Amino acid sequence: MTETDLRTHAADIHDQFSDQLDITVEDVEERLRTLVEEYKVPVDEARRSVTNTYLDEAGMDRDDLDGGGGNEQKEVREIDAPEEWIDITAKVVDLWDATSDAVAQVGLLGDETGTVKFTKWSKSDLPTLEEGKVYSLRNVVTDEYQGRFSVKLNRTTTIEELDEDIEVGDDAIEVEGALVDIQSGSGLIKRCPEENCTRVLQNGRCSEHGEVEGEFDLRIKGVLDDGEDVHEVIFDQEATENLTDITLEEAKEMAMDALDTSVVADEMREKTLGQYYSVTGPTLGRYVLANEVELLSEPADPEAVLIKARSI
Amino acid sequence: MSSTPTREVARRVFAREFNDATYTFKESDDERAPVYVLLPTGQRANRVFVVGTLTETEDVGEDSEYWQGRIVDPNGDTFFTYAGQYQPDAASMLRELEAPEYVAVVGKPRTYETEEGDVNVSIRPESISRVDQATRDRWVVEAAERTLERIQAYSDEETVDEYVEMAREQYGGSLDPYKRAVEDALASLEADEAEASAD
Repeated sequence: MTETDLRTHAADIHDQFSDQLDITVEDVEERLRTLVEEYKVPVDEARRSVTNTYLDEAGMDRDDLDGGGGNEQKEVREIDAPEEWIDITAKVVDLWDATSDAVAQVGLLGDETGTVKFTKWSKSDLPTLEEGKVYSLRNVVTDEYQGRFSVKLNRTTTIEELDEDIEVGDDAIEVEGALVDIQSGSGLIKRCPEENCTRVLQNGRCSEHGEVEGEFDLRIKGVLDDGEDVHEVIFDQEATENLTDITLEEAKEMAMDALDTSVVADEMREKTLGQYYSVTGPTLGRYVLANEVELLSEPADPEAVLIKARSI
Repeated sequence: MSSTPTREVARRVFAREFNDATYTFKESDDERAPVYVLLPTGQRANRVFVVGTLTETEDVGEDSEYWQGRIVDPNGDTFFTYAGQYQPDAASMLRELEAPEYVAVVGKPRTYETEEGDVNVSIRPESISRVDQATRDRWVVEAAERTLERIQAYSDEETVDEYVEMAREQYGGSLDPYKRAVEDALASLEADEAEASAD
């Protein structure tokens, strides 16, 4: 922490209160310095504490400050780091069942740029969000789990319902390339039938529920590679059927005839590996979930590349 | 940052360049660290994706089956691929396939030194599959584009890239043969097209 930094923070805070309070930049700086140097408080926390002190003295609410000390207003797509305090304006797209008593509400928020999961803690005692409504949410904190970002509403969050609607954008991306691999765990698989458990069984066992009578499903975990980047893609039953022309029923018959489920994945590999595809869908962690799949079969056009080659 | 090891991209390269990629290296001392071949145009490759015409398969094994496949690109240059007991799927494909046929191969570049001291470069396949001509043509255009991009980066004096530097040091030759491979491959597609529309 340098002198200049403290001075800058002090000047910022001073600006916010100069109309209401008779204070000097030096007063503010002195308070900050005490917290930072004597009490070893991080500067952000010191700033927060000093601001609160002046808010009390002036009889003001934090909301009265014009953006001062506030967070960055972010769009959903811009959320790209954990533990950032931000403000967002978003629509409640979906509410899910909370799986723990500690969680009051959990679901999906969306704005024009995409969607993001949110969690609201029970102990933060906030008003209930309603599906389909748009809110201005201030002071939410971002989080990350396995490459996927979420926001958490907490005790300090303010929620304001807005009388407007938002056209929620999908965060689907389009990837193209050759299918260079179909990974293990693809083909005809069995899932745990327990409610809300869809885990893939390993040798008839669910890692949560032990030995169960599994339910058949089709899935492909594949890799698209365009020579510059690789994208791991998950094809669900419908997408797998479209990709391979093998239906779940046919796959079951194939496995029954062979007394082995692995023949299904083998057949799928034979039909799809080395072909070029375009896949569109949302991302989940490092995966793209294939909503639309197109085999790129139109003739390639060498003309443009040839012109480029001859120009070098 | 994610701690998941990132999968190696499959490079697109014509056989003329691939067979010249005789210099190999590792990025760390770890025994299991990936081995890269250095492409003469200045990129490392731990995996390649090639599509071409399978012209010949032969079991060259002595004690156990060891299949050799020759895959030819539009320039008539040959990729060699070898599959044995540790690549059972690829080996059985080579056993079954009847040349000529268009095939796509994903695999790892491998080098070995002959008794005469020459270094041969081949592909150890992860998968071999049958494809049609449209896929082959698409690969040719793609391989041409990627190769041109590498040539451009290499030729640009301002490029600062450790693999370009390494290629200048290890090979140091002209890239003209690879540029010609690009042009000839593309021209052969155009000729095919002209022929098709004349029919």
